[in-house]
Amino acid sequence: MIDVKELLRELREEPYEKIVIRAPHSGKVEFVASEPGVRVVGPGGTWKEVPGTLLARLEREQVKRPIHAPQKGEVMSLGDVRNGQFVQAGQELMTIRHFLTKEEVIARILRRSLSLFLAPEKGKYYFFPEVDIKIKTKGSQTVHVEDGMELFILSRMKRETSVRYTGPGGIIYAVYFETNDSVDRDAPLIGVCPESQLGQIQEVVSRIQSEWEERD
Amino acid sequence: MDIEKRIQELRDRLKYILDIFGPDENANVAMLEAKLGEYVAREPGLPKQEAIRQLETLEELFRFLEKKLERELTPMNKVRIVRHPQRICLKDILENVYDNYTEIGGQDDYSIDPSMLIARAYITRRRGKKVHNQAVMVIGQEKGHGQEFRNGGSVKPWGNAKALHYMKVAETENIPIHTYIFTPGSYPIEDYPGAAQQIAKNLYEMAGLKVPIVAVISEGGSGGAEAIGLADTRIMMSHGYYSVISPEGAAAIEGRLRGGQRADTKLIEHCAKQLKITADDNRANGYIDWKINEPELGARPEHYDFFRKLRKSVISSTDEIVLNVSGLRLFRSIALKRHKGADVYVRWSLNTRAKERLLWTRYMKFRRMAQHAYLDKRHWFNRGSEWTSELFSSLYSYFRYDLFGKQHKKVTELAEDVHAEMQVVVGRSTKLWNAITSRLSFGKGKKDVDKAGLTSLSVWDDGAQNSGKWQYVSPQAKLDRAVPCPNTAVHGCLDQWAPDLFGEWAGVCSFCGHHFPMEYQWYLHNIFDPGSIYELFTEIESTNPLKFEGFDLKLDEAKRKTGHKCGCMTFEARIEGTTVMVAMFMGAFRGGSVGAAEGEKFIRAMERARKKQLPFLSYVHGTAGIRIQEGVNGVIQMPRCTLAVRRYTEAGGLYLVLYDTNSYAGPVASFLGCSPYQFAVRSANIGFAGPGVIKETTGLDIPPNYHNAYQALSRGHIQGIWDRREIRGNLVQSLQTMGGRNLYYR
Repeated sequence: MIDVKELLRELREEPYEKIVIRAPHSGKVEFVASEPGVRVVGPGGTWKEVPGTLLARLEREQVKRPIHAPQKGEVMSLGDVRNGQFVQAGQELMTIRHFLTKEEVIARILRRSLSLFLAPEKGKYYFFPEVDIKIKTKGSQTVHVEDGMELFILSRMKRETSVRYTGPGGIIYAVYFETNDSVDRDAPLIGVCPESQLGQIQEVVSRIQSEWEERD
Repeated sequence: MDIEKRIQELRDRLKYILDIFGPDENANVAMLEAKLGEYVAREPGLPKQEAIRQLETLEELFRFLEKKLERELTPMNKVRIVRHPQRICLKDILENVYDNYTEIGGQDDYSIDPSMLIARAYITRRRGKKVHNQAVMVIGQEKGHGQEFRNGGSVKPWGNAKALHYMKVAETENIPIHTYIFTPGSYPIEDYPGAAQQIAKNLYEMAGLKVPIVAVISEGGSGGAEAIGLADTRIMMSHGYYSVISPEGAAAIEGRLRGGQRADTKLIEHCAKQLKITADDNRANGYIDWKINEPELGARPEHYDFFRKLRKSVISSTDEIVLNVSGLRLFRSIALKRHKGADVYVRWSLNTRAKERLLWTRYMKFRRMAQHAYLDKRHWFNRGSEWTSELFSSLYSYFRYDLFGKQHKKVTELAEDVHAEMQVVVGRSTKLWNAITSRLSFGKGKKDVDKAGLTSLSVWDDGAQNSGKWQYVSPQAKLDRAVPCPNTAVHGCLDQWAPDLFGEWAGVCSFCGHHFPMEYQWYLHNIFDPGSIYELFTEIESTNPLKFEGFDLKLDEAKRKTGHKCGCMTFEARIEGTTVMVAMFMGAFRGGSVGAAEGEKFIRAMERARKKQLPFLSYVHGTAGIRIQEGVNGVIQMPRCTLAVRRYTEAGGLYLVLYDTNSYAGPVASFLGCSPYQFAVRSANIGFAGPGVIKETTGLDIPPNYHNAYQALSRGHIQGIWDRREIRGNLVQSLQTMGGRNLYYR
């Protein structure tokens, strides 16, 4: 069983994600963001086509390759490397601190505490009629699922077939798909948690929603 | 009350004048503003009679100064006139020029593209006691006096497809087409059928449309205008413009502005002047047949006299086209020539022979255009000898392919049929005999099996990929450096050493297959049989027909750098013994842009290929579009070259297009995009407008790989993607399997 409170305490102590930037290959490094505390942004644009902040350039065989920030945050510390020094592939250049948002914190907690059931193939998913009625009337968290239970109907290209739930037993904490929307293969359909942890998870999520302070 | 109305009318006229003259200071405009302001302040205290008298004086002043301002109009003022919401639009024309009409293919915003308006219209003509209703298909862009859903007359690809559909309907019904051009340019998106590809289709079909076409130009913005502009008679309104690019676009290019930066108004004004976009300029250059004079400061919906004039013009133009290709025409033709809009009756339907003559007249009309816009420095002796050689070649072609060839074909076909008939009879009777002899032979006749072929390993790149031994090695291979692949982040490609990459690997990333750009010489040496290239029309040279400021220097620099006189190289070459005519557009010469010289070379090469029954390959090493510094001299190459392509393909040739690096705009939207066999070298980009222009004009965000060859393939714009190392093999395959009936080697 996962200790959700302990997880939350860890997150409060370190409310950020550390991203270590390493040299992709050997070469002479030239820092652009050369001091801790410099604010950086990740890739932008509709298709993430605009690269993030330029952190450094790595020169090998007269080719300078830019190294961009993969996430929004600030430069936390520089590696043990001087400007203009030759580095080996994989050597640490700097660490970026990305401050977690409410959504990211909740996603982390749920990822650790829930068991996700993924779509076995692309198509439209529906709950079995009796489950569907229960979810609509009393909410998904009243539905108990067991391994091997017939839970979904998959509909694709005029074909309908039943899909059995596989995984640990528990109650459906979250439903991640909408009726009539096509779901891609391997996208999560439901998140299941043990009945005993339901109250705890709900409490932590509501506390995060109300108390978590986001840092830009 | 009457006075108030008249004051309001003067206010509207002043506002219109202010809009037209824009930010420029003009003493006459300032005077009108001041006088009107003074009168409005004074008027409440004046006796009625005096107020009316002063108002009449003021109105007279407006009339006088409007006439004066008319003479001062600059090209940019005219651009503002055609863009003004009060400018006449197609619906006004339908209401006032035609006697009856039914809008088809959509109504207002309930249309697949509201910026393209189609109508079946009637012109009623009375001759004595008889009334003739003559049907016309009216097609044109609709700006709708600023209606937002019309996109300012910027037609989407499917709008142009709709126009083409109804052109074909008109052809079926044997009625003339009147097109009205009111567009700043086409809506530059690649979604099927694609801006460029659809314009190319329209041009190709219009080149062979067997009904009279009259085009009237008000705002003729480049490719968008050409989509419905290939006509037998092209009329232009005196205050319209017809240009390769908007003055703002030209200024952005001249000022090297990027990322939506605005050009200085003076530079825009300067570019508008230099591009020679007005009706008078286009008349002088021979790109329009005549202009219709508009009222002072441009036609607006209340100018009924103008509509009457326009009606006469389109009717007499249609009459003239029909008479020029019809049999009985003597007196009517003379009357029309002497007096535009003469009162004669001409039936507008054409018979089969007239249709053929119409197409030939259309071809020749465009063929004669732009002859002043390139240099041909051949000595008269050379011209004479080349003309003689062309004549002999034509005669040879006639005897070889038309006279002898046709008979030969008939005999061959007859022989094939006889052989096939014989096979049926002989095959059945010999079947039994063969069965008996094969049993009696006890396997004696079995062929030896190629054991080595079955037991040894095959070499994957043997033959087609030349085992890395190329006839020409790129100078990029001489650099001692590592080259990173642009797809490293996606595919994890390692850096590659330049001598390997640009030498043995022919500029192809050995990890992901990305094609690095290579020089056009690589293709010349590695695709065609060694020593088989015979260059043609080398004397044709690009020039600066509009005397565009600073362009002479740029042109000289390009000529010096590349050693070529224009951006198109035309030559005959052999591929595995088959002679091919090739037009190659070189990206190194002014970005591969197409001007009058390039167009002329292309057309001559097409004509030669038609005569000699050679297959034709357009290899586009790169083209940025039409050369803007040549203005309409450049943009007119779109219909000119497409007409040549149509004539060639209808004569039974094979027209192949192969895109490499970047190919955009006008050429793709005409003589390249109209080919049924278009291929791209891997990693090429193909499209109508670049991402910056799309973002600027439509406000849409464009994905990074929007113009990639694979996207073009999935949209159906091209028919395949070729590996650079396999071009030769693919071309051989294409020459054997594609194209029309009249190829010499078939």
